[in-house]
Amino acid sequence: MAETRAKTIGQFLARQGILVAFVLFMIGFALANGRFLGIDNIMGVVRSSAILGVIALGVTFVVISGNLDLSVGSMMSFSTIVVLDLHDKIGPALAIPAMFAMTMALGALIGFLVGYLKLNSLIVTLGMLSAIHGLTLTYSGGKNMDIDDKAGTWFSFFGQDSVLGIPVPILVIALLAVLLSLLLSRTPFGRKVYAVGGNGVAATFSGIPRARVVFMCYLISAFCVAVAGLLQASRSLGSQNTVGQGTELDVLAAVILGGASLLGGSGTIFKTVIGVLILGFIQNGLLLVGLAFYVQYVVTWVIIILAVWLDIAAKRGRLLSPIA
Amino acid sequence: MTDIPALRLQDIVKTFPGVRALDGVSFQVMPGEVHALLGENGAGKSTLMKVLGGIHQPDEGKIFIAEQPAIMKSPLDAKSKGVVFIHQELSLADELSAAENIYLGELPRKSFGRVDWKTLYEKSDAILARLKCSFDSRKLVGDLSIANKQMVEIARALTVDAKAVIFDEPTASLTDAEKVVLFDVINDLRSDGVGVVYISHRMDEIFTISDKISVLRDGSYRGSLVTADTDEDEVTKLMIGRSLDSENPIVPAKKGPIALEVQGLSCGDLFQNVSFKVHEGEVVGFYGLVGAGRTEIAETLFGLRAPSAGKILLEGKEVKIASPIEAIGHGISLVPEDRKGQGLVLGMNCKDNMTLPQISDLTAGPFVSDGAEVAIFDQYRDRLQIKTPGWRQKVGNLSGGNQQKIVIGKWLSMAPKVLIVDEPTRGIDVGSKAEIHNLIRDLASQGYAVIVISSEMPEVLRVSDRVVAMFHGEIIREFTSDEVNEDNLVQAISGIRTTKVA
Amino acid sequence: MKPYLKQSAIWGFVVLELIFFSVAGEFLSLSDKAFMDLDNMLLLFKQSAPIGIIALGMTVVMINGNIDLSVGAIFALCAIIMLDSMKWPIFAGLGDWVILVGWLLALLSGMVLGLINGLIVWKTGVDAFIVTLGSMLGYRGLVFMYNGENPTSNLNWTMVDIAEADILGIETPTIVFVICTILVWLLMTRTVHGRNAYAIGDNREAAVNAGIRVGPHMVWNFVLIGFLAALSAVVFYSASGSVNPNDGTLYELWVITAVVLGGTKLTGGSGSVIATFGGVIAIQLLRKGLGHIGADTAMVNLVIGLILIAVLFLDRQLNRKGKEELRT
Ligand SMILES: Nc1ncnc2c1ncn2[C@@H]1O[C@H](COP(=O)(O)OP(=O)(O)OP(=O)(O)O)[C@@H](O)[C@H]1O
Ligand SMILES: [Mg+2]
Repeated sequence: MAETRAKTIGQFLARQGILVAFVLFMIGFALANGRFLGIDNIMGVVRSSAILGVIALGVTFVVISGNLDLSVGSMMSFSTIVVLDLHDKIGPALAIPAMFAMTMALGALIGFLVGYLKLNSLIVTLGMLSAIHGLTLTYSGGKNMDIDDKAGTWFSFFGQDSVLGIPVPILVIALLAVLLSLLLSRTPFGRKVYAVGGNGVAATFSGIPRARVVFMCYLISAFCVAVAGLLQASRSLGSQNTVGQGTELDVLAAVILGGASLLGGSGTIFKTVIGVLILGFIQNGLLLVGLAFYVQYVVTWVIIILAVWLDIAAKRGRLLSPIA
Repeated sequence: MTDIPALRLQDIVKTFPGVRALDGVSFQVMPGEVHALLGENGAGKSTLMKVLGGIHQPDEGKIFIAEQPAIMKSPLDAKSKGVVFIHQELSLADELSAAENIYLGELPRKSFGRVDWKTLYEKSDAILARLKCSFDSRKLVGDLSIANKQMVEIARALTVDAKAVIFDEPTASLTDAEKVVLFDVINDLRSDGVGVVYISHRMDEIFTISDKISVLRDGSYRGSLVTADTDEDEVTKLMIGRSLDSENPIVPAKKGPIALEVQGLSCGDLFQNVSFKVHEGEVVGFYGLVGAGRTEIAETLFGLRAPSAGKILLEGKEVKIASPIEAIGHGISLVPEDRKGQGLVLGMNCKDNMTLPQISDLTAGPFVSDGAEVAIFDQYRDRLQIKTPGWRQKVGNLSGGNQQKIVIGKWLSMAPKVLIVDEPTRGIDVGSKAEIHNLIRDLASQGYAVIVISSEMPEVLRVSDRVVAMFHGEIIREFTSDEVNEDNLVQAISGIRTTKVA
Repeated sequence: MKPYLKQSAIWGFVVLELIFFSVAGEFLSLSDKAFMDLDNMLLLFKQSAPIGIIALGMTVVMINGNIDLSVGAIFALCAIIMLDSMKWPIFAGLGDWVILVGWLLALLSGMVLGLINGLIVWKTGVDAFIVTLGSMLGYRGLVFMYNGENPTSNLNWTMVDIAEADILGIETPTIVFVICTILVWLLMTRTVHGRNAYAIGDNREAAVNAGIRVGPHMVWNFVLIGFLAALSAVVFYSASGSVNPNDGTLYELWVITAVVLGGTKLTGGSGSVIATFGGVIAIQLLRKGLGHIGADTAMVNLVIGLILIAVLFLDRQLNRKGKEELRT
């Protein structure tokens, strides 16, 4: 009995390698700095990870469906700039839906290209990274965007206020994570996403509309980007054209750190959240310990690889890869 | 001949999470002996050979090659000790030439690590000639037919001075002519004193080629027989613990109205002007050589290809089928030919694979209903005797035959009006094969219209009410079950039109 | 036959670009020089070299079934090592020979950085995408550690002379790029290592089963791309003599774009070094051409992005099997 229980726990841990890595790493930092696990600090980390996290939730869908999305960074710049610009022109109540519509239209375009035309997603989204950046620059005329009346707008609610003592960005990401997690793990649509990413041909042979599923994944991703753009704009009430640049690789790192395979067919929302938190806490922890940003880079490198390594090693039951 | 075994495996144990695949198996092959390894799907045959081939490490047990203890850490080790492994699943690189694949891992070299192309092609061409293959060894493997790919795989057995060669179900996609060539090769290996392990589910092959037969059951060794002194029944008993269920005799089912009618259907060069009818309660067998266009007809009916001419009528009404979704909507199911590529999502578990086509209907509120899914899975696991530790097992970890059963279960559970099965028993053990044949007959008697595409003549003769013989994309002749026999069928599929064209 | 068809798609695109920009340039160009003028084309090759040399390595790594996102950081780090090492006191007595020392050190560092990537990928079994995403950060951290956010400079006129030397007007970077293309092409088409690399990328399990030692092949390819990234830095910074710690960021994306534009599959197993050469030229032509007809940054970004997608679409249409394709 005891033996089987030990075995089940062992198997559980093996499946949750990344979680174990996360816990170990939190303990390490907590020992190094007492403030690390303080509630304020934790809230702070979650809050500052919220934007990256929201995007990562959407990208999880895309990655599981067997594709990539490198355009999320410039798409977020786009939505931020657009919503800030429209805020003063048509008011926040109209600006927000307008921005969502425009962002999701871009998502739909990508979804069409990758899903229905079956073009390689890496190149399409790389192209869109560049094209959307160009679009943003054209839209803004290369200038920074600012809201005129920063004090008098309720628009700051999403990025700056709290409800019941919890910052709104945290509520938003929590809500979104729960909903999307249900969508992915419990609904027929979610199952189809896994099937399409796992073996697209077999999915087609099973009567799954592969193109539409991929299309929907990009739409979800764009929706999440729009939410992130809203949070970003609301937090800063002003922005440069380059605000989201480089986010795409951080997002991908988080998703993959969470254990989604780049080949598609595996990953979960929960794991992505863990991935996001690991990245967030690494940055925060290193800051608290007081390291220069470039030392952070190096340490982040080591931690990312160790975390994923541990995850894989636990799954295969041995430390080193058996490949000759 | 010496009495030192070419290879000997002793008390091999191998476990996977939740599965004891090998439970203390011992097995030996003498030089110059063709040793057949038999067992049901999932008995552990492939696993045993993978242990020998260095792909899996045994938990316990020893391996001896010519009585020298051998540790097989990797396929490289196995190869360097003279063990050549012809895999059940094709193990080829599509973007490389046939020659490069034949010599994969040991391309002939010149100075500076350059490939010695001349030697490579000369040797490969010689081997292909010996296998009576007509294609050029410079051709990319990706452009070859499945049967030719299989021949490339087999060609690897002839590249090195092997002490032992393992053939894991090499004939699954070969025609009879190619099989003859393969048997010649095996006979050559035998007279060169090589020990040969031959795994197959086809009794006729086993009795043609083997000297000895060993049987595995549920991961343990059940005994060996000398081929000359035994018969199919004895082997089967050893394998499944009982005699084979007699297959239900064909009771021509009550023919109902026409379920599916095809008129003058063509699709490019693939098949032309194909017309046939399938009634409810009837099994129509499609027989022909690989490449005769049978699979392509099935794919067209299932909405995967656009026909260039012709009509499809379901229950008398013309329909246009533009996608599998529409086909499923019309009550058509297709068990595809290539289970790994088209039938299964290998990374998903058994249950999820089985319920995939109907997942949208298995809901409670917005969510998938686990209970409904598991119920379907349990029903078909029992009905098809699928061997798996549970529905959570990844399909990729099942044995080949059990994977096939999952695909069949998946489409049976859709309760289709027209069921098309393409090579339904490829790689399936004798017991389950009889089971599947009975199942097909049952379905017909329940009023389903069934199309069976098969390259195995006994199978076609066994299950069909009518047989359609195809050659080069055309229907040569249609036989009723009274008319059809092996001779006229063989003639028809070689393109010889004896009597009236149906 | 098929591979040639595939390759010709990228060259067709190159020709299209040439025609388009020549004609459009007639009407729009701000300068009155023709686009297809010899000097302009030579300049184009020279400017393609830094990205192009790395792209050759990326082709190999991607054919092998891996990817390397750290090339930009390796590029910057090796540049710093090259420029800085020439100032180290221990080499003070060497005179101009110190240039050679700097170059060798840079190349060696590139190989070591590649080796680290390769060994991690091999031994841990972590996907190359993650490993090199990590080292992209890590190596960049080392870059900043070197000299904070300040540029590292060392202008050595002998070195500049070598870097800008020319044979019949063809300058050093172009020569290096072309020679490397030929060598890497030979490596991938003619040697056992190259063919095994294809096999590993195409079907790793089959390669393992055939007894190919997958790990060492992968490691060598990472060493190769590290070397080429360093070589690219050597070629570029020997002339410019000054490196910013942010140099080389986003190189990985440009390099991958060029490689994929050339038809190399992201999933491994197929691709051609010569086609990558075409992909590099195509991208550089596009950037130059847009500049030539006077497009601003916003426009350049927009157009490059859209063209990338359009080319992908055309390529797919050209390589279609037609009606007989399964609708999957
Ligand atoms: N990698 C694996 N992980 C988990 N279980 C496995 C793995 N490989 C094989 N098994 C299990 O081990 C058992 C033996 O499988 P094996 O492939 O050896 O059967 P087989 O006798 O070759 O069957 P078939 O005739 O269908 O090919 C099966 O129950 C199978 O599910
Ligand atoms: Mg097997």
